[in-house]
Amino acid sequence: MATETLTIGKALNLGLRRAMEDDAKVVLMGEDIGRLGGVFRITDGLQKDFGEDRVVDTPLAEAGILGTAVGLAMRGYRPVCEIQFDGFVFPAYNQIVTQVAKIHARSRGRLPMPIVIRIPFGGGIGAVEHHSESPEAYFAHTPGLKVVAVSNPVDAYWGIQQAIAHPDPIVFLEPKRRYWEKAPVDREATPDPLFASRVVRGGDDVTVLAYGPMVKTALQAAEAAAEEGRSLEVVDLRTVSPLDLDPVFDSVRRTGRCVVVHEAPVTLGLGAEIAARVTESCFHSLEAPVLRVGGYDTPYPPSKLEEEYLPDLDRVLDAVDRALQF
Amino acid sequence: MSVSSATTEVVDPVPGAGAPHLPQQPDLVQLLTPEGERVEHPDYAVDVSAEELRGLYRDLALVRRWDVEATALQRQGELGIWASLLGQEAAQIGAGRAMADTDTAFPTYREHGVAWTRGVDPLHVISLFRGVDNGGWDPVATRFNLYTVVIGAQTLHATGYAMGLQRDGAESATLAFLGDGATSQGEVNEAMIWAASFSAPVVFFCQNNQYAISVPLERQSRVPLYRRAAGFGFPGVRVDGNDVLAVLAVTRAALAAARDGQGPTFIEAFTYRMGAHTTSDDPTRYRLASELEEWKLRDPIARVKAYLSRSGAADAGFFAGVEAEADELAARIRRGTVEMPDPPGTAMFDQVYAEQTPPLAAQQAEFEAYQASFAGGGH
Ligand SMILES: Cc1ncc(C[n+]2csc(CCOP(=O)(O)OP(=O)(O)O)c2C)c(N)n1
Repeated sequence: MATETLTIGKALNLGLRRAMEDDAKVVLMGEDIGRLGGVFRITDGLQKDFGEDRVVDTPLAEAGILGTAVGLAMRGYRPVCEIQFDGFVFPAYNQIVTQVAKIHARSRGRLPMPIVIRIPFGGGIGAVEHHSESPEAYFAHTPGLKVVAVSNPVDAYWGIQQAIAHPDPIVFLEPKRRYWEKAPVDREATPDPLFASRVVRGGDDVTVLAYGPMVKTALQAAEAAAEEGRSLEVVDLRTVSPLDLDPVFDSVRRTGRCVVVHEAPVTLGLGAEIAARVTESCFHSLEAPVLRVGGYDTPYPPSKLEEEYLPDLDRVLDAVDRALQF
Repeated sequence: MSVSSATTEVVDPVPGAGAPHLPQQPDLVQLLTPEGERVEHPDYAVDVSAEELRGLYRDLALVRRWDVEATALQRQGELGIWASLLGQEAAQIGAGRAMADTDTAFPTYREHGVAWTRGVDPLHVISLFRGVDNGGWDPVATRFNLYTVVIGAQTLHATGYAMGLQRDGAESATLAFLGDGATSQGEVNEAMIWAASFSAPVVFFCQNNQYAISVPLERQSRVPLYRRAAGFGFPGVRVDGNDVLAVLAVTRAALAAARDGQGPTFIEAFTYRMGAHTTSDDPTRYRLASELEEWKLRDPIARVKAYLSRSGAADAGFFAGVEAEADELAARIRRGTVEMPDPPGTAMFDQVYAEQTPPLAAQQAEFEAYQASFAGGGH
């Protein structure tokens, strides 16, 4: 049977497995990814089947994980690095933005950097500080990096394989609070291209854009809005860098209204870039300014406050109301 | 309730029985054997009165009870997560009690025992794990810094603070806590280079509990950790981390040397994490139950109890008194936890800056208005 119901976590696991079967140069590296199978069990069973050389429990050093990945990539390997939690990518930040991102350009293409950096990101799991952050803008702002954020098991399964096969370095963001979400995955289908956004629910009144964990929230908002007779079109961005905004422009030209949703703080976040682009391209079709719904410009709060910090369907609907009131 | 039985469970078997089978650690400083016998060490003489020793026992027992209670509270959904110190009580109490009042501690996220010795209220630690705040204690007044979740970062802070003490001519030192896994971080190595280069009055106190989550020490180091210090140019010493007296003696000496201008020391407290890494972890995936059984024979509390009883320094009444105090503490922690109020939503805007910015103030006002819109409405 080609179609199976999988969680995002299991889909990633099977995607990694298939990528490793397809290409002997794929090497997984990270803290606790071997015997433990990773703290989220995404690599469960892979070390047992592929051995310690291909699924490497690394020392506890993120700069080390990314820095050695650079050298391995220069030797023709395809390192897939797991960062345990979003807030722990920063010790590796120097390697990612000064080395991984730039070596291809500096070497005029002589040194390939096919590195995938897997990061479980975002909040909503009741964790302590540094376990719930949304660092996508830091990476999307760095030329030379590509950034993908999946939202469902189908994209998780195919996306991780496409990212690994891709020749450029990719920050691959996994919506940690959605790891347990399920959907049928056809493992023989032809996948959508990696760097393409997708309309996941059609509608006429307002275009709502989201990626990663917020796609589900946006869909819930659309569901609730439908009960009140409002029709929201939901676009899953899927790729943060490069941005694929043509489908968004088409949508906004029809609806005339646009709301961008993400968990990261609003100021200078991805929403700002998208709002600017939508305004540039759809100015004459817009009935309202492009509105943003995101985290507040505060450090991610202690977990008792995360419900208030994180955009939920009410905040999305509130923005939709405001867009419709113009 | 298994709370009180868990306390005695680990303590009661004849202490040290079978311990001779455990791998010997020739370089280990030890003053109290697993069997509870007092031994001497040529470099680390320590003179503790019976009263001090009873005090150390009380610390160990109460901190263990706190830990057991917090673990139970997490299982009952009252805490988001808990990082247990089970098995590491002697390392932490020994180190904490070695500090002078004017010394400053820079902990990781597991140093509840050190927090205890600094007078931090257990509920201020619990509030962090409950998700109410990021640690409710005053790091300046207690000289016990906030917990640091990002591995290794605090070792640099401890070093910088020590450099400040040095510049100010203050006769005090810092004690930087780190785990065995943390020794792999670049920042930890940078801290040691700084400390050596500036002869900073900092003591690095590494609790080698054998694992960084699932990864055993062998993946972090090919040499015993204490021997790394030589490469940075300062002394390293390995102490039995389950021996509160030895830890006290070694840490006291290192802090005294630091205050005296002799620069840093690296202490490796050789110990074992008896519980899971945190309550989210499943240690059966990466270690054998027999390993834990062996370490139980080196229980840090049992040996003090045995020594106190055998030497006549404490009687049954004393132990019963500590037990009763532990019951009270556990009850206070339980009550305080379940009654702990959630913070108001506006708390996240507080103190983001020393000086609030106009955009953030506007965002806060927007947030408050939005929250208020639900108060009467039918949402
Ligand atoms: C920079 C960073 N990377 C990863 C983590 C996730 N993490 C939390 S604790 C831990 C293991 C720490 O091991 P060790 O330093 O030996 O201390 P222990 O918890 O055993 O006391 C890891 C990998 C983190 N907190 N910070």
